[in-house]
Amino acid sequence: MFPDIPLSHVVIVSTLMFFIGVYGFMTRKNLFAILMSTELILNAVALNFVAFNYYLYPDKMQGLFFALFIIGIAAAEAAVAIAIIVAIYKNFRSVNVEDISQMKQ
Amino acid sequence: MKPVLFYVMAAIILLGSALTVSSRMILRAAVYLLFVLVATAGIYFLMDYTFLAASQLTLYAGGIIVLIIFAVMLTSGSGELQPKVGRTKAALAILASVAGTLTCLASYFAYNAFLPRTVPTDSSVRAIGAALVSTGQNGYMLPFEVISVLLLAAMIAAIIIARRDAES
Amino acid sequence: MDYSLSVWIILLPFLAFLITGLAGGRMKAIVSGIIGTASMAIAFVLSIMTAWSYFFASTQGAEGFAAISPINMVWLRFGDTLHIDLGVMLDPISVMMLVVITTVSLMVHIYSIGYMQGESGFARFFACLSLFSFSMLGLVVATNLFQMYMFWELVGLSSYLLIGFYYDRPSAVAASKKAFIVTRFADLGFLLGILLLSFTTGTFDFQTITNPAGPLITQPSSAMFMGASLTTIAVTLIFMGGAGKSAMFPLHIWLPDAMEGPTPVSALIHAATMVVAGVYLVARLFPVYALAAPSALQIVAWVGGFSSLFAAVIACTQTDIKRVLAYSTMSQIGYMMLALGVSGYGGENGLGYMASMFHLFTHAMFKALLFLGAGSVIHAVHSNEMKDMGGLRKFLPITHLTFLIACLAISGIPPFAGFFSKDEILVAAFQHNMPLFVIEYIVAGLTAFYMFRLYYRIFWSDSEHSHDNAHHTPHESPLVMTLPLMFLAVASATVGFLPFHELVTSDHKGFEAVMHWDLASASVLIGVVGIVAATVMYRRSSTLPDRIAEGMKALYTAAYRKFYIDEIYVFVTKRIIFNGISAPVAWFDRHIVDGTMNGIAWLTNAVSYRIRNLQSGQLQWYAFVLVISVIALGVSAFCMIR
Repeated sequence: MFPDIPLSHVVIVSTLMFFIGVYGFMTRKNLFAILMSTELILNAVALNFVAFNYYLYPDKMQGLFFALFIIGIAAAEAAVAIAIIVAIYKNFRSVNVEDISQMKQ
Repeated sequence: MKPVLFYVMAAIILLGSALTVSSRMILRAAVYLLFVLVATAGIYFLMDYTFLAASQLTLYAGGIIVLIIFAVMLTSGSGELQPKVGRTKAALAILASVAGTLTCLASYFAYNAFLPRTVPTDSSVRAIGAALVSTGQNGYMLPFEVISVLLLAAMIAAIIIARRDAES
Repeated sequence: MDYSLSVWIILLPFLAFLITGLAGGRMKAIVSGIIGTASMAIAFVLSIMTAWSYFFASTQGAEGFAAISPINMVWLRFGDTLHIDLGVMLDPISVMMLVVITTVSLMVHIYSIGYMQGESGFARFFACLSLFSFSMLGLVVATNLFQMYMFWELVGLSSYLLIGFYYDRPSAVAASKKAFIVTRFADLGFLLGILLLSFTTGTFDFQTITNPAGPLITQPSSAMFMGASLTTIAVTLIFMGGAGKSAMFPLHIWLPDAMEGPTPVSALIHAATMVVAGVYLVARLFPVYALAAPSALQIVAWVGGFSSLFAAVIACTQTDIKRVLAYSTMSQIGYMMLALGVSGYGGENGLGYMASMFHLFTHAMFKALLFLGAGSVIHAVHSNEMKDMGGLRKFLPITHLTFLIACLAISGIPPFAGFFSKDEILVAAFQHNMPLFVIEYIVAGLTAFYMFRLYYRIFWSDSEHSHDNAHHTPHESPLVMTLPLMFLAVASATVGFLPFHELVTSDHKGFEAVMHWDLASASVLIGVVGIVAATVMYRRSSTLPDRIAEGMKALYTAAYRKFYIDEIYVFVTKRIIFNGISAPVAWFDRHIVDGTMNGIAWLTNAVSYRIRNLQSGQLQWYAFVLVISVIALGVSAFCMIR
């Protein structure tokens, strides 16, 4: 990709993906949708790291490994989150984020 | 050739993420997310980070999306329409997101000292593997072990949280 | 001679107070009486021994009678010279006062065993009597101004407790409060005076302050305020405190009401001891008054003179026998203040000082006798009013005789004690201040007149009603009550012959007393005139007094109503102070001070209601706040770096 596509383009892509994920996190009501927005955020971060690694420090691999570990941890986190959502569904019969905070009364 | 591919991937990413956060049906949102993740893997391929791209496809796209789809089908009605977003909430969220975007991009473009790369990449699987098990300067032994523990913990946690409570 | 035993004169009544006060309820009532009386008797003996040894057995130095302090310990230290001590100082006037207080207190103790018999608060009464005796004794032997002030306040407290002894009577409660508040108000001036005086001299000690060769007198403070030097203002303020305690005009209003207390209390406190504390205070600080603040001494003289005339006029119209005696006390104390006021310092000039102290001594004797006799009469007829009495000389012979002796003494008839002391006062006034002499001469006549009016109304004129039809035939009091009467009668007859001019003088040295025959006969004459007038009007009941009262209707009514002083006080406090000052201050406190507090609370409530959503528990709201905060931080960091 180098030098046809400048670093700034990749960064713009990852930034936009990140903040679309933030928007989704703040806006959506379904817990799964919130989880998916979180995955978007994580993915954007990984892309960012890899881009900087590729363009600025090609002989090193820190960015690559960071992205690798992000993927691994995102998997673990998604598993636990889904377990929690399933447990919530069993107790509250709903996966709506507003229902959870109100039923707590 | 490569630039064209990149812009196609970028377009898929942006479109897909926008649709993920705005789609009214959960399963469709999951599928759009799948597209986003696959497109990201494509960008990795363009950068010659093949191992990373492969693990992205395997774990992220193949594992997590499938997990989400299963869970969606297990719990809420997959065919129900999600309610529309309230005006205030949307406005605030857009405000936050736009502000954030502008801040990040402004801080990126204000920095003028990005040096061009001079050395070629070395990202073969052999090198990755060697780095994973080596200690020292470029060794990732410790994070490797830690993440294995983390995965174990996550597995156990998931099992305990989601199991059918025999006692209650 | 070792005077260290003299401290027991003060401590024995205090011990009696502790014992009867704490354990009195658990003993038989009479035991409290015996403890109190016994401690007072020992104190009396000790004080007589101290006086004998001080005045007659020890050798006088060239400076006359020296002031001895057997005990003087530092209690609170503020600086090098400024410290509050507690101690005992024996000098001529304090030794004299020890004798007076212990004598009268002992007589009152013995009398009270009979008078208060059967009362429910018997033990409490004796405890308060002991407390009062302790306080008064401590006051007179004080070595410094602050110790005197402390005991001054203790005396006020004892007076409050004793006036309000019958605490279930609202009039007694009101009277005790009035006494305490008026004297407390006067003590404000006293405290200010103390502070000013100690500020200029740097010490509270009497011997330093009143030293004629000391710094206060030889180099008076040059600081002036409103045309008077600091010393003058200080001693005038101190006199204000003394005027309150001694019931001088216009702070006299508490004394007639204080007659609500039991009669022995009136005898002890309001005739012989507490009310003379003001006179004693001026006498104690006399060198300062005479040598450094003569204008203050003028004020003392005129206040005393006016008070004596004022009280004498009112006493001519009162019908409650205790109130007549109360106004008589006020009048006689006016005499003492006046005598101090016209006195100079040293030798023959100090005649007024000596006369004042002499009159204090004799007055204590016959006034206590008068009150105790009145108590005996009240005990017999169960009433204070003159209209319920009359012709009692047949029923109360001893009381009658002793009362007559006291009346003769107070009217200044020789050879009774009052003649000598009152005559010396008139001589001093004649020599230094003619207008005051004229006033006092008139007052002497009025004194004889109203005292014999009282005497005749109680013991002679009796056509109001016949005692044979009374529900209870009056009878003489028991021996325990008449014994003190007899003792005091003997005292009233004989103490006039004490050579006061050698013992108690302004500069502690004796001087030659000259007998002024012309003034002496003039004073006896006016006394006899007063007695004759009273005899004509009151010996047999007649309409002459009422016709005279009709003729002077306005003056009579004003005097009967005590010249409306109480009404003026009520008006000033209610209208001016309560409505004008207290009400706005209360409004301010309620609305502005409390309003601020309430306003702050309301504000907190309103704000917290608005911002309660910050902790709503909603996940997405938290996320929003998080993102915004991070962005804000990033922007600020970015700007700072740029």
